[in-house]
Amino acid sequence: MSAISSSGTAGQTLREDDPNRLFRGRSLAMSAALIVIAIIALIPLWAIFAGTFQDGIRLMREGLNLSIDFEQAGFYNYRLLFSAESGNYFRWFGNSLMVTGIQTVLTLFISAFVAYGFAKYEFRFKSSLFVLVIVLMTVPLEMMMLPLFQQTNAMGLQNTHVALFLPFLASAITIFFFRQYLAGIPTEIIEAGRVDGVSEFGIFFRLVLPLMKPAMAAMAILNGMMAWNAFLWPLLVLRSNELFTLPIGLSSLLSPYGNNYNLLIIGAFFSLFPILILFLLFQRFFISGMTAGAVKG
Amino acid sequence: MSTITEHERSRTGRRAPARRGGLKSVFFSQKAAPYIFVLPFIVTFLVFWGFPIARSVAMSFEHIVPGRSYFVGLGNFERMFGDRIFWVAVTNSLRYMLVTLVLLIPIPLTLAVLVNSKIGSPRIKSFFKAAMFVPALTSVVVAGIIFRLIFSESSTALMNQALGLIGLDPVRWLRSGGTALVALVAIALWRWTGVNMMYFLAALQSVPQEYYEAAELDGAGRFKTFIHVTLPSIRPTIVFVTTISIFGGLAMFVEAFMLWGGASSPNNVGLTIVGYLYSLGVQRGDMGYASAVGVVLLLAVLIINFTQLTLTGFFKKDNR
Repeated sequence: MSAISSSGTAGQTLREDDPNRLFRGRSLAMSAALIVIAIIALIPLWAIFAGTFQDGIRLMREGLNLSIDFEQAGFYNYRLLFSAESGNYFRWFGNSLMVTGIQTVLTLFISAFVAYGFAKYEFRFKSSLFVLVIVLMTVPLEMMMLPLFQQTNAMGLQNTHVALFLPFLASAITIFFFRQYLAGIPTEIIEAGRVDGVSEFGIFFRLVLPLMKPAMAAMAILNGMMAWNAFLWPLLVLRSNELFTLPIGLSSLLSPYGNNYNLLIIGAFFSLFPILILFLLFQRFFISGMTAGAVKG
Repeated sequence: MSTITEHERSRTGRRAPARRGGLKSVFFSQKAAPYIFVLPFIVTFLVFWGFPIARSVAMSFEHIVPGRSYFVGLGNFERMFGDRIFWVAVTNSLRYMLVTLVLLIPIPLTLAVLVNSKIGSPRIKSFFKAAMFVPALTSVVVAGIIFRLIFSESSTALMNQALGLIGLDPVRWLRSGGTALVALVAIALWRWTGVNMMYFLAALQSVPQEYYEAAELDGAGRFKTFIHVTLPSIRPTIVFVTTISIFGGLAMFVEAFMLWGGASSPNNVGLTIVGYLYSLGVQRGDMGYASAVGVVLLLAVLIINFTQLTLTGFFKKDNR
């Protein structure tokens, strides 16, 4: 955020002090270009909003465009969403919120615990273990979903919410990020703790964990986003409709008969809100989180 | 680096916690602590990654029918070479990966350079960054639903309306390979341009200003400065974005799953490697063959991975 506001003030003074017409002309052209591209990026979101006022069967036949036709469905889709006919929609919503919450909190905590071990200790096998972390960071889950699926089934976890997050709690990318962050925390704090007779774990819980708040915020957002949007793994694991998460529930509404499209479109539109609200509330962490992730190279 | 010796600790005159007996001493032992800290990773790795991957390799040499399995040696791999559909899936995945790679590096980089330049209103730039990032927040499922309906066959759907504006006939987008690729790439561009732009922007902001001043003193023009100063300085980020784009491209599946409402598409125009893996393993229960496909993929990814990370000195830097 600081980078953005400082570049902001720099731009401001330049703009006001510079008498150069050419400079101003270029500046206008740039702003116009950026606004046009931003509008193009927002078009699909407008299209889905326009879709919430359309009739499901016509929507399936005629597709989405940008015009809002109140005559078609009016607020029927909105009423449908909050009626008994919306089936398990809010249940899916609740499942998604719950799974995302639990997964995010546990992943952050466990990954921080592991990252601290890597960042502040020397031990045998440390570098080979850390290479494993890096390798796992780049192995896509899709490549090994079938054996992982069999494994969770063998553990009696088929069709449970626990199976959704248990394999991913020691998240490689989060461990990597936290380790980089912890490397920057002065070792003196830890030594001071030891001198005061705090146990190795007490040092982590009482001294280190509170210092990790900024890194936690950044990773909370990225992990939360991933958990909220997870699709392929929940699709494999979940069987019963009432256990579905929102993405799986929504995709189950994609029937070839079109009678679910009213609910599908309004449900998809509504599912955008939690993550958009989170984004607006924590925008600066989003951006600093991206920054921290990018510099690691 | 951080270890205080027993000797030093007793010199401080306080209790030396490491000498306490019993279970409690474990909590004070600097020797045992690191292993306990990394234990969750080791356990997760062994149970959820190591064991399944080993099983998968074993299964790739078997023919599996419900309740029984036969060792078939390299049979599954031989079958793969003669399997026309497997090659369709590989071609689709590679084509998608290459097109997204060609678009999703230069376009976001150009936008990042624009946003990072001194000209233009900072307020508009903030709005721009937020607007570009929002699509990344939508799930693939929602993005898939939107694009499925935008690329619908009807002349009233957005993309066909746009074609109509320039006097072209409506296209049945999701029916043939070329136009289906357009739809898939459109989703990728929409969801990832903003994210990649943010990565590049962060990298650009960390290039030391002195480099640019030096280039200016040397009389380098804007283009030359970009080639000789900017690009080399943000190389690690370019490598990183390239890496995730390659994996994202090879592992693509959900986008296609949403566009066609399932794992099958007309003439397999939307079939990807992971899609084939899914339909083999999940829908047809051919686990042995599916495992073989998975193993080949895993190897391909690991090879690309290691080559790239080694070439860029990634391992050297982080394992001091």
